[in-house]
Amino acid sequence: MTTPHRTPLYPLHEALGARFVPFAGYDMPVHYPAGVKQEHEHTRRACSLFDVSHMGQILLYGDEAAQALETLVCADLVDLAQGRQRYALFTTSTGGVYDDLMVANQGDCLYLVVNASRKDNDMALLRTGLSGDVRIDMQERALLALQGPQAVDVLADFNPAVRDMTFMDHQRMTFSDIPVWVSRAGYTGEDGFEISVSSEQAVELAQRLLAYEQVAPAGLGARDSLRLEAGLCLYGHDLTEHTTPIEAALPWAIGKARRQGGEREGGFPGGDVILTQLANRDHLQQRVGLIAEGRAPVREGAELYSEQDSRLGEVCSGGFGPTIGKPIAMAYLPVDFCQPGTRVWAEVRGKRHAMTVTTTPFVTPGYAR
Amino acid sequence: MSQIPENLLYSDSHEWVLDNGDGTITLGITDHAQSALGDVVFVELPEVGQAIEAGEEFGVIESVKAASDLYAPLTGDVIAVNESLEDAPESVNESPYEDAWLIKVKLSDQEELSDLLSATAYAQLLEQEG
Repeated sequence: MTTPHRTPLYPLHEALGARFVPFAGYDMPVHYPAGVKQEHEHTRRACSLFDVSHMGQILLYGDEAAQALETLVCADLVDLAQGRQRYALFTTSTGGVYDDLMVANQGDCLYLVVNASRKDNDMALLRTGLSGDVRIDMQERALLALQGPQAVDVLADFNPAVRDMTFMDHQRMTFSDIPVWVSRAGYTGEDGFEISVSSEQAVELAQRLLAYEQVAPAGLGARDSLRLEAGLCLYGHDLTEHTTPIEAALPWAIGKARRQGGEREGGFPGGDVILTQLANRDHLQQRVGLIAEGRAPVREGAELYSEQDSRLGEVCSGGFGPTIGKPIAMAYLPVDFCQPGTRVWAEVRGKRHAMTVTTTPFVTPGYAR
Repeated sequence: MSQIPENLLYSDSHEWVLDNGDGTITLGITDHAQSALGDVVFVELPEVGQAIEAGEEFGVIESVKAASDLYAPLTGDVIAVNESLEDAPESVNESPYEDAWLIKVKLSDQEELSDLLSATAYAQLLEQEG
């Protein structure tokens, strides 16, 4: 057993009465005294402050950084404009997903945010995989997410320029006197911002944000139920080395320039597999959303069966959706069963529960497009 | 502080038991248990007529966070199930000692009641568990 890491906000979480869980080698708040459901609902109604400092923040310097990174991911990064951010996937040689990440163009460098559980793997991949003159700089910064429809009003108090940002914009700026890197993005399906700040100033910024009555702290529990309702994938659960981006229903994550006939076709690991699947749509399984007809939550690992009792697959993420008011899940199903409205049966403690295939997201996103 | 009514008996797995005085008991989960579970979204209970055995699982309570097994503090046959929990599982959080009773049981062995904890003893247990 190694000692779990703590983020710079750990003492603040303790003071706020957080309950902690180990997550990706960190002691992270799973919820505060309000509880997961209230934190979830508060995020959809007002806005919540999440500590996501466990995630990996990496800067790539060098004139050829975008070209070099394109050899590892299927996104179009060469055309990523300064001040913009894009979702990307590190792929494997067999067409699987090695990690999902955000890449922003800061002008003099690329800013990457990768999953906590994958940051060591990703760093190793970058160190061995990036060709040419690219400097990799792992940051020891904190990352806060202020998520919800009122986030923009709160942050505009610190810097009105946030109002001019749209979904997936990224800017370096100052909040009062605190230098921050801000993305108008998140992991909740709501409008919101992710704010990278130095470890030294993280607590101060968090306290200033929490001073607003609209802002409440929220933990990983609500983060998970919010992202599930938003139909967003969690690496290691909904995305793995054994699922392709096409099977994961993320074809939009493959840049046009990287597709067959594009300016820079392929050139990423597993490109032949992934681009053939994209062109022919001949994949056998696909990620779908499922809504339960009853009230029993259907969680990760629950097996799914057809009406005729053939095993179809298992749930990769599942739980109760507080905004939907019903148990919801995501699963990989054979393509014949992916049509919305298809009924499948989930086995929970020996009993079968009916679920209906649906498109994701389960809730209408509030992104500021 | 969690509520621990004086008139009830308790198990160390955080169930409460009301001795109905006629060889039957009513049981539920304690205020401490509901608070630790968080927002309850589903309760799975046995059916009337089913036997339950002290120390064995007899149902499941699911919160937004996770699923938790329910352990029978006593042995006997289920004579009633709180059907209202099917549509209002949140009452486990709101009224753990009244509206959200779980099941009523006809005891096989009334002596087992003496294995349960008094309110004072349960309060001490909670203190020890911190």
